Parts: sequence; structure tokens; C-alpha cells
Amino acid sequence: MSQPKVMILRTAGTNCDQETAHAFECAGAVASFRHINELLENKRLLNDYQILAIPGGFSYGDDISSGRILANQIMNHLPEAMRAFVDAGKPIIGICNGFQVLIKTGLLPGTVADNHGQNCTLTHNTSGSFVDRWVHLSRRSQKCIWTRGLAEIELPVAHGEGRFVADSEAVLRGLWADDRVALVYVRDDGSPANREYPWNPNGSVDDIAGICDQTGLVFGLMPHPERYVDPTQHPAWTSQFPRPTHGAGQAIFSNAVEHVGGNVMNLLNV
Amino acid sequence: MIHRIDVQVSQMAQGRDAGYDPLGNSIRNQILELGQVVGSVTTGRIFLIDSDADRQAMQQVASQLLADPIVETAQFIDPANLPDDTGRSRIEIHLKPGVMDPVAASTEMAINDMGIAVRQVRTGRVYLIDGIVPQDQLRQIASRVLANGVIESVHFNAYIPQQFEAGRTYSFKLKRIPLRDLSDEQLLKLSREGHLFLSLAEMKAIQMYFCDLDREPTDIELETLAQTWSEHCVHKTLKSAVEVFDETGQRLGQYDNLIKQTIFDSTMQLMNREDPANPFCLSVFKDNAGVITLDETDAVCFKVETHNHPSAIEPYGGSATGIGGVIRDILGTGLAAKPIANTDVFCVAYPDAANPGIVNPHSTVRNLPRGVIHPKRILQQIVAGVRDYGNRMGIPTINGAVYFDDNYLGNPLVFCGCVGLIPRNKINKDAQAGDAIVVMGGRTGRDGIHGATFSSAELTDTHADEFSHAVQIGNAITEKKVGDVILQARDRELFSAVTDCGAGGLSSAVGEMGEKIGAHVNLEQVPLKYQGLRYDEIWISEAQERMVLSVPPDKVTELLELSRSEDVEATVIGTFGTPSAELVLNYSGTEVGRMSMHFIHKGIPMPTRKAVVPTAPVQASITAAELSVPFSPAESSHKTGAIKKQLLATLAHPNVASKHWIIRQYDHEVQGGSAIKPLIGPLQKGPSDASVVRPKLSSPKGVVLSCGMAPYITDPYEMALASIDEAIRNAVCVGGDPDRMAMLDNFCWPSVDDERTMGTLVRACEACRDGALAYGVPFVSGKDSLHNQFTNQETQQVIRIPNTLLISVIGIIDDVRNCLTMDFKGQSTRVLVIQPKDTRPATLARVHRQMAAIIRDRLLTACHDVSDGGIATALAEMAIASGRGLSVAASSMRFDQPRGSYVVELADRVKPEDLSARLADVATIELAGTTTGQKSLTITHNGNTVQDISLDELTAAWLGTLDW
Repeated sequence: MSQPKVMILRTAGTNCDQETAHAFECAGAVASFRHINELLENKRLLNDYQILAIPGGFSYGDDISSGRILANQIMNHLPEAMRAFVDAGKPIIGICNGFQVLIKTGLLPGTVADNHGQNCTLTHNTSGSFVDRWVHLSRRSQKCIWTRGLAEIELPVAHGEGRFVADSEAVLRGLWADDRVALVYVRDDGSPANREYPWNPNGSVDDIAGICDQTGLVFGLMPHPERYVDPTQHPAWTSQFPRPTHGAGQAIFSNAVEHVGGNVMNLLNV
Repeated sequence: MIHRIDVQVSQMAQGRDAGYDPLGNSIRNQILELGQVVGSVTTGRIFLIDSDADRQAMQQVASQLLADPIVETAQFIDPANLPDDTGRSRIEIHLKPGVMDPVAASTEMAINDMGIAVRQVRTGRVYLIDGIVPQDQLRQIASRVLANGVIESVHFNAYIPQQFEAGRTYSFKLKRIPLRDLSDEQLLKLSREGHLFLSLAEMKAIQMYFCDLDREPTDIELETLAQTWSEHCVHKTLKSAVEVFDETGQRLGQYDNLIKQTIFDSTMQLMNREDPANPFCLSVFKDNAGVITLDETDAVCFKVETHNHPSAIEPYGGSATGIGGVIRDILGTGLAAKPIANTDVFCVAYPDAANPGIVNPHSTVRNLPRGVIHPKRILQQIVAGVRDYGNRMGIPTINGAVYFDDNYLGNPLVFCGCVGLIPRNKINKDAQAGDAIVVMGGRTGRDGIHGATFSSAELTDTHADEFSHAVQIGNAITEKKVGDVILQARDRELFSAVTDCGAGGLSSAVGEMGEKIGAHVNLEQVPLKYQGLRYDEIWISEAQERMVLSVPPDKVTELLELSRSEDVEATVIGTFGTPSAELVLNYSGTEVGRMSMHFIHKGIPMPTRKAVVPTAPVQASITAAELSVPFSPAESSHKTGAIKKQLLATLAHPNVASKHWIIRQYDHEVQGGSAIKPLIGPLQKGPSDASVVRPKLSSPKGVVLSCGMAPYITDPYEMALASIDEAIRNAVCVGGDPDRMAMLDNFCWPSVDDERTMGTLVRACEACRDGALAYGVPFVSGKDSLHNQFTNQETQQVIRIPNTLLISVIGIIDDVRNCLTMDFKGQSTRVLVIQPKDTRPATLARVHRQMAAIIRDRLLTACHDVSDGGIATALAEMAIASGRGLSVAASSMRFDQPRGSYVVELADRVKPEDLSARLADVATIELAGTTTGQKSLTITHNGNTVQDISLDELTAAWLGTLDW
């Protein structure tokens, strides 16, 4: 398999679909857009793909709460299909709104400390308002296949409901113990953000920015790696010398392509 | 029955910080700002669900759908189980019937998806304040912080309706308006009382038309003409003939069509100079937006609209539907463009108005007139409206401005812009006779009736009551879905024309598309939000998120199927083309209107207007009044710290201070094309002069957007030239090229009923023409809003806005990797001030073209325009943005704002003489200072340090004012 197929799942209010597809294509994959209605009509459609991405946006306007309605559609109609996808060793990524969806389905972080179903949530930022800014992140998990090889990385966040909260301290301890905390917010010198704004932009507990499931295949994060695949997307690129060839977010997409046996291309963005 | 389920943050949740309610906290802060000390505030969401399902099913809805299991709890409220409000006060906000409620619509869909039948859902909000707050105080909190009485009702007890109001069933009755025998006076009375806002000449033209037809008009015919002939739709002032006089009464000349002979004419002259094989302007002043070339295959289009009057009455809904409307303009340009960037510019009164607690306020307003919403709340709400709509649409909001002046108190200005990407072979459209008329998107309700005529009238303190039906709440996701379908349908070639339903609704959309061929509409086919709409209401309602398409008969099935697959409603409501190009309106088989398209579009009488222009130009003040004090660096002032004092005060002035509070609430990076952001530099704080996006992710081509305005200059000619200069210069600063730029004009004027104000409009149009020709940058689209003043009907006091011209620039950049930003890059680098030798547009144009070449040749490492706050402020901003210090001569710490000036940082290898060689005949070049390794701005005089201001102190002053 030289060019793995990626399904970019769309629905009403999805809006980061095209740049997410672009990031996968730069990594050497072939991306197709599929509306949730197509998937509900033909649940076997997932079988044709090696990677599933739930991109950012405001699915159904984030009405009721972020990601809730799409999460319920998936859990009401597609739980077996999603489970089978992961059981087949295929990676899933949820970015921003996609992360909110995966958390609210319970697919992330999966069962923790005897806690089934949804055991964590992403809720209103401590500041009470939407924020778009760049953050520093540090990798924690060795298990997550998406973040392999990353050390520290800068990416933008843009959300109003990104504060990670676990159901209990036991769940939180379980996440750390099972190596499921993929990315945390840190200060620019790499030291812990300790929930301080702006380093931790939303007040997430333990500075958690992204987590994976027990297999390391299912990954969700609030920051947007697809918004940093080209060097000119960085807010200070005009003062970066020498300029990198790629944005640092590219590696996340390349890792998934490599994991499913694709030839990683790392195409130049422009 | 109606079940009520309340959802709020759970105080019992186990997770760390799970019980924190950020929204309650921020509401409490807003209440404290009112001067009311209250206990903690808890917020909750109310769902009223009309369903026959049992309690068990509703419990499932509550736990699986409505409440987050980790941080929220759900509680059933019914008359037998009312909440215990002991020791606390309750405010509930519920939407009035008929107001758009997007959350309710989504909730209905999601409950049905669970297999539970539901008739209707409505939502509300509850605020619980610890402690007993007196009723009158609660009322004030509700009206000032929480609710808008135009669209919402306030309750102080738990509200549980027995049943929802059902729409009244409508029994059709054709209404004719006897008109033929009316006197002039009676015609004017009819115009006024029917909210037609037509002049006597226009009413008489209509009277004559129906006398010729030998019948009385129906109500729907009159309404159609009132909408089509409104200032909002036809721009009759700018298109009118104008006789121009000077103040002594001497006739200076005449325009047969003011805008055509000034602004359009300059565009035509510039287009004639273009290489016909490689045109830049592709479509100007005819479609929804101006269209310019991006590359061989694609074009970009740009439109800026205002939504002033709705925003004065309901700022959140007004600005949201403003941005929603201009996005539809782009979706309806050519055969549909893909929206790729939004812009927003707001003019409001100073946010410290009518606040006796503030020492040295910027505002001179001591009391708010009746009917006026406080300017701080206006700004917060219009920002929230653009945020919630733009972010949901997935369009980055990347450029804008805020300008404060107390004369915007009763009539704030809200400019919303949108840029689209469109293939060059999709720019032209033509509805064909025989095509089906398809309406797509939102349903039609009574909301938004009289939008066009309302926006063409002036505001008074009773407008909120009279025109509440003209105010609307948007539903961004409906529009996002419509956009997704239209762009797919365009690529599958399923329609031959498309346009948006703007103010005037179906009446203007169908009327416009069928202008040459006629149209036949069956109004009963239009999908309605609720029962009870009259046929004329269906026709003129401005209800949001609707587009009209002209669909060839053999494509109708495919289009409807595509719409269905994306959960978008699309309905055939008639046919384009009638034998004699008429507009024919039917309701359930009865003809309710029939007029010739020619009369609708060409029948408006265009009277000659009179304009008086000032004999001697009014002397321009060079900057906002508060900032205009020229600073002379006398020896003594160094010692007293006067420069520091003035610099800190200037950086903290609302018109200069950082707008990060607004910018960060917008997703300015979605779509992934962001190359120059509104906040740039290593600290993400620098105020970029302009923004750049790449519309195509696989191409380095960029689109630069910038704006300029100068309402503080009283001379209209100079004001317009200064606005043009600032907009173009801003784009040059980041790497734009004046040879590849186009402009938009947006005129916001007070009432132009008097000759002198008309004279200022004439002069501004002439300046636009002269500026466009001098700079070689064409206008490609524009819009005007001409009755921006507020009349307090109790005192008869009239507050007129300053004449305000917004110039928006769009430019093409070949490779974004050559762009430049305004933050200092080096240490010990030289920082220069470049000031044109005079302010003639021809001189300024040469400076800007040379600067564009200098930037292209990489002689600079930073470039920033000199605007509000002058040269000193520009220098300070460059230091703040980079975190790098600057040693600067006291003589360069000037607060004036010489037109056309730049502050630049030279690249290491470049000498000042290299710049002189290119600029010497048009500009002076002054060495202002050098960058340092210190974290401070060091001011020197005769080689001695006289003042050292830390960057932290400068940054705090600049960030603090609008850090809400």
C-alpha cells in the first residue's frame, strides 16, 4: 500500500476538512470527504479506508454542547463500525471539534479505571471565551502512534470549549498510568504550564492538550496540527532563520501514513 | 405536554475543577461593572420540550443529550416541583415567539435521532444570583447585561408555559390599496404610515403607473416597489444627478450620475490602461462583489457591507446577520465563490461613556439617551455576533479596525466584509427563461420584514419598538450547509444563476435575477417557519440564510437530491421568464401582483439634487483630537518625563490600544491559509498593518487585505484621500504591490437631505476618483449607508455621525514567502522614518510604489505605517511586537501623523544611502535610532540618555485598555 486512503468525516458545521485533507495529502495519503449521512446509510463504507479523521469545526453549531450531537449520532448508529475500525489496527484522529466528538462518544480515552462510557469531557475555557492563539506542547505518551518522534512542538488553538476535565482523580491517574496522555501544554522554555494562561490556554487539568486510547491508535487533541504544515503559517515565521522546510504539525500526519504502511512523502506544501 | 429540563454546572461533580462555571463568573464581572455588588452567579440552560414521551424517555434525553455527564446536572422543573429559590435571586431569559432559535432546532433533530418523537423545543437561559437582590436591581441587571427586550422576555420566576403559541392559520384575502385618487398629502401619509419610505415624486410615479393600468395596486405590488426603490437597494442618492454650487451660490457644475461620473469613471480609465490579454479587473460594480484576477485559473472577489441600524437595536443579532449577509453576497457572486476571509470594522462611542466612576474619561457623554444601548455593551455584543457567526462558518476573520467617537453613540457603524475564491470561468451568470426558481436554505418567517426600508431611514429612540420585526438572529450552520451545497452544485453545473436573499427578501432576489426576462412565482410554495404569514410577508421578509437559484429544468432533480443529502431544504417556487418580462405573483392560484420588470427596475424617478461644497477647504486636523497635541521635545520636557507620559497615554488611548481582546475571539487561522496574521511576531502581540492569506493551499499566491479610515478629518476631500492612503500603505507594509491592488468604498454619512451634507458627499466621491487615478488603484465595488444619525424624540437632540468613509484594499501577492512584518528582527539595526515631501496624491503614490519595490528587493527587515498616535507610537509598537529594545532620538519621538509615512528597520547589509537613492526626490529619510539588546525604549538627546521606558511598561499600557 503506497498511498493509504483517509476518510475525512463531514457533517453540518464541519469547517477544517479541506486543510486536514491537504495535510494528509502532503504526507502521501489520498483523502476523501464523506458526509455522516453517507456513513449512516452505508456503515460498511469505513472498510474502504485505512485512516479516519474527524476534523475541526462546529458540528451542528456545537448546539447543546460542543461535539455532542455528532457524538450521539456515532454512538447511536455506528458503535460497532467504529470499534471494528480500531480492532483492525486503523488509526483515528479527532482534531479540536473532532476531539470533542471522540471524548463525548467515550472512544477517547476508552475505559479507564473501571469507568466506562464518557469518563472525561472538554468544557468551557476557564476564561469563558473563545481563544485563538499559538501554544507550546510537549509529548508525554510513548504509546500514541500519531506523536512518535515529536519532542516539543508549537501549534495554534482556536476553541471556546477546550478545558479537559476527568470524571475523577482515579480516571486522571489511570490516564497517566496507562500512558494515554499524548500532549500537554508547556511554557516556552518547556517547563510545566501549571494551568497558567496563556501557556495553558483553557485551564485543562494537568495541562492536558491531547490524549490517546489504550491502543495508541485513537488520538484527539485541541490544537490544530493541520494549521502548521507550511512554515509561513507560524506567527513569527518572518523572524525565523533559517526557515524550516515544513511546519512541525506535518509529522503527526506522516506518522499515521507510516503506521498503516504508506510511503511517507512529506511533500513540500507550496 | 411541555417538559422543562434545566442543565447547569454540577456542584457535586468529582473531577478536579469540574464544578467551575466560567460563564457565571464572567456575568458576575459584568454586573460588578454596573456598580452592583452581588454574590456568585450560576448559569443554566433551559430546555422546554413539547413531547408526548414519558418521563423515562425525557430522563434519557436529559442524561444522554442535554447534560454533560462529567460537569453538569439536569433537573426537571414542573409546577409541582418548582426550584427552591431561598436565599437567591432568579433571572430567566426566554426568546420571544418567532425568534430564530438555532439550539432548539438542533435539539429537536437530536432527540428525534434518539427515536423519541418531539413536536417542538424552545430554549432559555437562567441566572441564579446568591443573595436576595431587589426587583428593580434585578430588572436593571437583566436589561443592561443579560437580555435584549426586542427579542427576549425576562422572567423572575421559573417559567413553564402550558403550551407553545401556535401560528395563527391564515385565511387568504387579497388587499388593494386605493391610490389613484390620493392627493399629494395623502400619498405622503400612505408612504409614511405604510413604512414605505418613498418620496412624493416616487409615490406619484407609482400613482401614474397604476392610472395607466387602470386599476389600483395590491399591497404586495406597493411593497415590491418600496423595497426595490429603497436607498438600501438602489442607492438613489449616489446615482442621482447633482448640481454643485459653492457657498456664495455660484454654480460650479453638474453630475448627471454622481457615482458613475466620479468613482466608476476612474475605474474605467484605469481598466483601459490594462493589458487586454491579462486583465486585472474582471467584474466591477455590477455583481454582488468586485472580482479581480488571482492567477491564470482563479479570481478573488471582495465585498464590504454595513449593518448599522439593526446593530443599534440588537447588536448581537445585527452584527451576526451583517456578516451572514455579506458571506451570502460572496456565495452569490458569479456562479458562487467560496468565502475565504472576513473583515470587520466597528465605529462606536467611547466605552467609558456615562460612567461617573471613571477619572479622565475619553467620553464626553454623561447620560445615555433613551433607547440607546451602552457603547461598551454594543461593542461586546457586535464582537460576539461576528465571532459566533464567522467562527461557525469556518471563515477566518483576519482584518479590521475599531474607531471610537462619541457621535456614534446612537448610531454605531458595523462594517462586515467577505472575500471569495472563484474560478475565472464561473464569473458570469444569466438566469434563463424556463429555468426553475429554487429557494434554498432557511425557512421564511415574519422576522426581518421591512429590513431594506428600515435601514434606509434614520434612527429614533422609538425604533426599537417599531422595527423589532426587522431585527433578526442568524443561524450560521444553516448558511454553512447552504454554502457547502452551492459550491458542489456549481462544480456540477446544476444552475445558471444564483443570488442571495438580502434585505427585501425574495422580492429583491427574484426581481434582480428576472430583471430582463420576467418571473412567475407561486408564493404558497415557499416553505414557512410557522403558519399565518400573509402572501406579501412571504414575499418581502428578509429571513436569513436563503439563496435563490435559477435551475435548468433537467437539473432540478439532481439539485434537490444533492440538497437532501446534506440536510438542506430546497424548493421550486416558480419559473423564470414570462412572455413580456413581467413579475407575476400568485398565491394558491390567485394572481396577487403583476408589474412590468421594466417599471420595477427603471421606473424610479431620479430627481436632480443640489449640493453646496465649501469654498475654501476646511483645514484638516491631522489626527484625533485627543492625540493632536503636537509635541515639541524641549530640553525641559525630557527632565519632567513628558515624552513618557504622553507615550503611555497615547498607547493606552482606545483608538491606538491593542485590539487583541477582539482578534483572539475570532478564529483567524481556519482554512489553513494564514500567512500574515493580525497579531504577529515572536510574542504574538504585534499589530500587523495588513493580513495575508493563501486561498489555495498548494500555491504560494497570497491575498492581502487592509483598510483605512479617517473620520477625524473634517474636510471630506482630505478625509477620503487620507483613508485611501492609509489602506494602500498598510498593504504595502506587508509586501503588497499597488500595481496589483483594488479598493472598495463604503460611505456612511448622516442624513444627506440638506445641501451642505450632500456637498460633503460630492467632495468625498471626487477624492475617491482623484485618489484612485493618482495611486493607480481601481475601485471595484462599494456600498453606501446614508441616514446615520440618531434623533432623541424627547429632546429633539440629533446626533449626527462624522462623515465616515471606509476604504478596504485587496491585493495579490505572488509569493507569500516574500512578505514582511512590523516587528524588529535584529540588534544594532538602523531604524528610519520615511516621510513624503508633500501630501499630493501623486507624490504619495510614488513613495508607496518605491516602498513596494524596496520591500520586494529585501532591503528592509521590518516596516510599519505611521497612523493614529504618530511616529512615536509606531516605534513603540515595533519594539513591543518584537520584545527588542530601541535607542531613539528625542527629536524622533513625535506624535504627529505625517500622511504617507513609514517607520522601517534596515536589513544589516543595507545603508541608509541605498534608500535615499530610490526615495530622495519624493521623501525625506531620517535616522530615528537603533535597536538594542535591552528590554526598553531608550530616549536620547545630544547623545545622552534622558528617559528609559521598559518594554513591559509600554506593553502593559498598550494591552490594558481593551483587555475585557
